[in-house]
Amino acid sequence: MKVHKKDPRFKIAEKEAWIGIGLVLFNFIWWYGFAYGMGSGPAEEYTYIFGLPAWFFYSCVVGFLIMVVLVAIAVKFFFKEVPFEDQQEGGDSE
Amino acid sequence: MNWEVAAPLLIFLVVIFIIGFWSSRHIQSGNSFLQDYFLGGRQLGGFILAMTMIATYGSASSFIGGPGVAYTQGLGWVLLAMSQVVTGYFVLMVLGKKFAISARKYNAVTLIDFLKERYNSKWVVWLSALSIIVFLFSAMAAQWVGGARLIESLTGLSYLSALFIFAASVLVYVVIGGFRAVAVTDAVQGAIMFIGTLILLIAIIAAGGGITTIINDLSAENPNLITPFGFDGGLTPMYVSSFWILVGVGVVGLPQVAVRAMSYKNAKAMHRAIIIGTVVVGSIMLGMHLIGVFARPILPGIELGDKVMPLIAMEVLPPWLAGIVLAAPMAAIMSTVDSLLLLVSSAIVKDVYMNYIKPDAKEGTIKKMSFSVTALLGILVFLMALSPPDLLIWLNLFSFGGLEAAFIWPVVLGLYWGRGNRYGAVASMIAGTGSYILFHTFYPNAFGMNTVVMPILFSLLTYVAVSLFTGKSSAEVAEI
Repeated sequence: MKVHKKDPRFKIAEKEAWIGIGLVLFNFIWWYGFAYGMGSGPAEEYTYIFGLPAWFFYSCVVGFLIMVVLVAIAVKFFFKEVPFEDQQEGGDSE
Repeated sequence: MNWEVAAPLLIFLVVIFIIGFWSSRHIQSGNSFLQDYFLGGRQLGGFILAMTMIATYGSASSFIGGPGVAYTQGLGWVLLAMSQVVTGYFVLMVLGKKFAISARKYNAVTLIDFLKERYNSKWVVWLSALSIIVFLFSAMAAQWVGGARLIESLTGLSYLSALFIFAASVLVYVVIGGFRAVAVTDAVQGAIMFIGTLILLIAIIAAGGGITTIINDLSAENPNLITPFGFDGGLTPMYVSSFWILVGVGVVGLPQVAVRAMSYKNAKAMHRAIIIGTVVVGSIMLGMHLIGVFARPILPGIELGDKVMPLIAMEVLPPWLAGIVLAAPMAAIMSTVDSLLLLVSSAIVKDVYMNYIKPDAKEGTIKKMSFSVTALLGILVFLMALSPPDLLIWLNLFSFGGLEAAFIWPVVLGLYWGRGNRYGAVASMIAGTGSYILFHTFYPNAFGMNTVVMPILFSLLTYVAVSLFTGKSSAEVAEI
């Protein structure tokens, strides 16, 4: 371990952490944009979707569903499976 | 006593007790007692991992307090609560594989173990153990009181007997079963929280005459209730957004949540948990808070927010079903309390006793210590909950934000920034928690944001500045 060589698994982990941060930023912008973009006018002028005010429907209901889809896509296509145990230590049957 | 409501609740307690008891059998067969007792042998699968994270995080406030505030504030509070969807994926993605691999490398069983190996500093260990013991002990006692009050109000038992029933059913399985019993019961409790939310949401929409009618009623009473700004327009975008720090991304710094990010079996389990966790936490948060808002036209004029959930469940559901649905907040409280109990116990046994008092303790001694410390803590909390001292109530106010401000940077930057060092970690823990207490006391909700934002910013600056300043002389860069 004297030679400072980065564990290749950590590269993957770092990439995935950045994906997490990216998803949060997207989530926030979507949530904020629809809530205050559509909800800031007077309540009398609101439009409704399935009975809910449009700002709420897009920001909270659709926003949640979109995040589920994006998270699933990110995990299925961009996350890699790596072993957690250190190979060189070996001999560990568990 | 209302037996039709009480019976399902008591059956629920018995079932949890049996499941906890049953899953404790594994303890005897495990190879390393400590790993098994405090971390479930790092063998959690995806479903249980997702559920135990949500159940640990979702507490009395998601099921009792939150809907109560939503009842008063309207849809603006549901908007705020939706910032918690983030917890479903962010914690596992950010701590993620790096934390799991490093924890195995260091052979870490607790969050403090990880910090100890990473920073190689006694002070980091003492400070973290102290803050975990003090803050989480008080948080636990507060939840304990909530659990007993809920049983009291639903069954009509006296507070003392309610507290006793609650304490006994939690204590036994935590003490003998350790982490695995906690995680497995959390999974059942999480499922109950999820199903209970859905049943109640559907029932309440039906009772209110459909969503359109409910929204019309709300807007007729006060149009502000259907805006994002709260009933009196007091919820500013800045204030609501700042909750993304407190109950969203900041949750990474909560020890009871972070420790779960080292408990899973493999990458596959983690991937599944991220997806399941996002779906479940989002549904619970959206559903539970909508229930609070939709309850308003059906049962107007409830003064005490904490009563909204129990009252509306009994109003719109047949008694036996209300009993089942009201097991959800009960489950939320129990699943938080059991995790906290075990975490505080691990801080005492593993991080203090084994590190500094008796490093050469034998396996048998450690076993006895773990069981008895957990049991003793439980009894102590029970006694505290009988009549909670003022100090405890005061400390509980800081338990969430105070811990986040203390741990978030030492953990996250400890993982990803090689130049972060022990001086930075110690300084940022003191700056984070200290400034949280000061802000809370003298300038709450500073600059229109939740109190937690400034302390988290301070602790970041302190961590980076002190690490860079001291890093020149020591020139040590951690291998991460």
